Amino acid sequence: MPELTYREAVCKALADELRSDPDVIFFGEDVGEAGGVFKVTPGLYEEFGPNRVRDTPISEQAILGSALGAAITGLRPVAELMFADFIPVAMDQIVNQIAKYRYMSGGRLRTPLTVRAAQGGGVGFGTQHSQCAESWLASFPGIKVVSPADPAEAYGLLRGAIRDDNPVFVLEHKLLYSMKGEVAADAGPITLGKARIVRPGKHVTVVALQLMLQRAVEAANLLATEGIDVEVIDLRCVSPLDRATVLTSLEKTGRIVVVEESPSGAGWGGDIASLAADEGVYFLDAPVKRVNMGMTLTPYSPPLEDAAVPTTARITDAIRSVMHGYRRS
Amino acid sequence: MTAAQLPLAARQKALRSMLEIRIAEDRIQEMFMANLVRGTAHLCIGQEACSTGMAAALRPGDTVTCTYRGHGHALALGMGLRDLMSEMLGKAAGCCKGKGGSMHMTDASIGLLGANAIVGAQIPIAVGAALTAQVKGLPYIALTLFGEGATNIGAFHESLNMAAVMKLPVLFCCENNVYGEYSVWSKTTPLQDIAERAHSYNMPGIIVDGQDAEAVHDAVAAAAARARAGEGPTLIEFKTYRYKGHSRNDTAPYRPAGELDRWLARDPIQILKARMIADGQLDEAEFEELQHAAQVAVADAVDFAMAAPFPSLDELTRDILVD
Ligand SMILES: Cc1ncc(C[n+]2csc(CCOP(=O)(O)OP(=O)(O)O)c2C)c(N)n1
Ligand SMILES: [Mg+2]
Repeated sequence: MPELTYREAVCKALADELRSDPDVIFFGEDVGEAGGVFKVTPGLYEEFGPNRVRDTPISEQAILGSALGAAITGLRPVAELMFADFIPVAMDQIVNQIAKYRYMSGGRLRTPLTVRAAQGGGVGFGTQHSQCAESWLASFPGIKVVSPADPAEAYGLLRGAIRDDNPVFVLEHKLLYSMKGEVAADAGPITLGKARIVRPGKHVTVVALQLMLQRAVEAANLLATEGIDVEVIDLRCVSPLDRATVLTSLEKTGRIVVVEESPSGAGWGGDIASLAADEGVYFLDAPVKRVNMGMTLTPYSPPLEDAAVPTTARITDAIRSVMHGYRRS
Repeated sequence: MTAAQLPLAARQKALRSMLEIRIAEDRIQEMFMANLVRGTAHLCIGQEACSTGMAAALRPGDTVTCTYRGHGHALALGMGLRDLMSEMLGKAAGCCKGKGGSMHMTDASIGLLGANAIVGAQIPIAVGAALTAQVKGLPYIALTLFGEGATNIGAFHESLNMAAVMKLPVLFCCENNVYGEYSVWSKTTPLQDIAERAHSYNMPGIIVDGQDAEAVHDAVAAAAARARAGEGPTLIEFKTYRYKGHSRNDTAPYRPAGELDRWLARDPIQILKARMIADGQLDEAEFEELQHAAQVAVADAVDFAMAAPFPSLDELTRDILVD
């Protein structure tokens, strides 16, 4: 199987969709001739030409508004917003337009558009360039939100997003762009909305996404040496939420830890916690635990930034804490 | 516009300021390339006259908002090199306690209300600072700096319109350095000059040689006088150029051959230096002394910043809200 980096996998997914469907177009700031600020999209402009791959001015509202307009008139646009931190610049187009257009038309309009953006901390870019966007977006019915965790996922989920007839936000992680992984030569689109179990285990369920998923797997491997058998779920999408996979796992393990790379307030992890406390309450052998940034921001100073985002050590501690005194055989 | 001559002391100060910015920026680039700090830096090398000329025309009480390409603005407005270098390295002694970083040099005590990493976001904030002056009847102006690329953002247009109808004392200063990230501005902006955009908002739109600190000073001083007199905002376009790439890792491969050399021939430091030498105000030896002094000051600041402690971890949850 060929090895690709996460960024190459994103680019290949875009290229494959641009090739297979003439209605797919791709645009954003410096995505074309320059190949993207994160060097994710080189070669697309050359292969697909200036009609279908376009560089835009610095105009996020126009980028997302025009993606919507193009989507309801027959194209399948993919727009890039560069940093997820720029999502709020176009928030009206997202909240009041993209998420509501189909509903307000009584289902008569289709909005098949994809928005890509790079998110996450750990790179030293400071408070306005380090945020994760899942929890902002999860509160709007009418859009899907996907956070791929590795190259194969980045490839399949982006193709799945582009083929989806709904608006989809694909959030890529800056720290993962150079991660390598196998992407099958015959890999196809992954349908959105189904979580995956990346590591089966019987003592405790950990639900995470993206970078936090990588750290959760590290934590699980560490804890295996202590006899704690962790099941790690890659949620993939905060919206729509795959409740069944989470509940089935919780039924098996009786314990759950949710890891988010974002502040605690109105975080998507709260949705998982409430699912556990509601439909999963009779499965629970221990309190539900959330690991996140608390109500703090991502500062620039390296030691502070490293402390802001959940580390493998913090995840490990949280898992130990729900195991303490409750271990089942 | 031909620049009026600044008094000798002001010229000396401007030359020192531009040298300090140039040498500090070079050193910052070195530190980043040596991986002494992660993250990114946006240098203003080549654009020093905009910072220096702008700051020279302001008065105490005036306020400024600017961009991530803001080290020059901060230094020209009087930020100490140690404050700046410590911030660059994320140290507690930095102007923002290490929490802001390269893109957010801020110090209200020198009028610098914030450097912004969201393109265009600083523009309406300056409108608000001008609103304070107008509401309180204070003789201050607000000045905001942004790139030519930022004039394609909605916030720019809303700000100019609102400032114009309210006749607010705010100066909109565009440093047109030819590129917005990797795009030459002619590809994203259908105009000959950014200054044309002023006409839609019924305010003066002025074009200035951004490589000439004295010309920058004069234009800002004139617009500031107008604003202080209650006649409203002005859009000023500085024609300038960034010698380096957009940020840390950009080698600017998109630039046509020869373009950088043409701009290097109009270097802002060399322009003022040559003028002062021609006017008998400076000789080579004195220039070298100034340069040496700036190097020593920058080296001292870097040494200080390297030795300085990082903020303690409890800073993570401080300053989020007023207690
Ligand atoms: C709202 C928003 N969109 C995009 C970016 C990414 N970005 C950072 S700087 C930049 C180019 C800005 O160009 P210009 O306004 O000319 O300023 P310059 O960098 O040349 O000083 C872009 C697109 C951003 N920071 N904020
Ligand atoms: Mg520019």
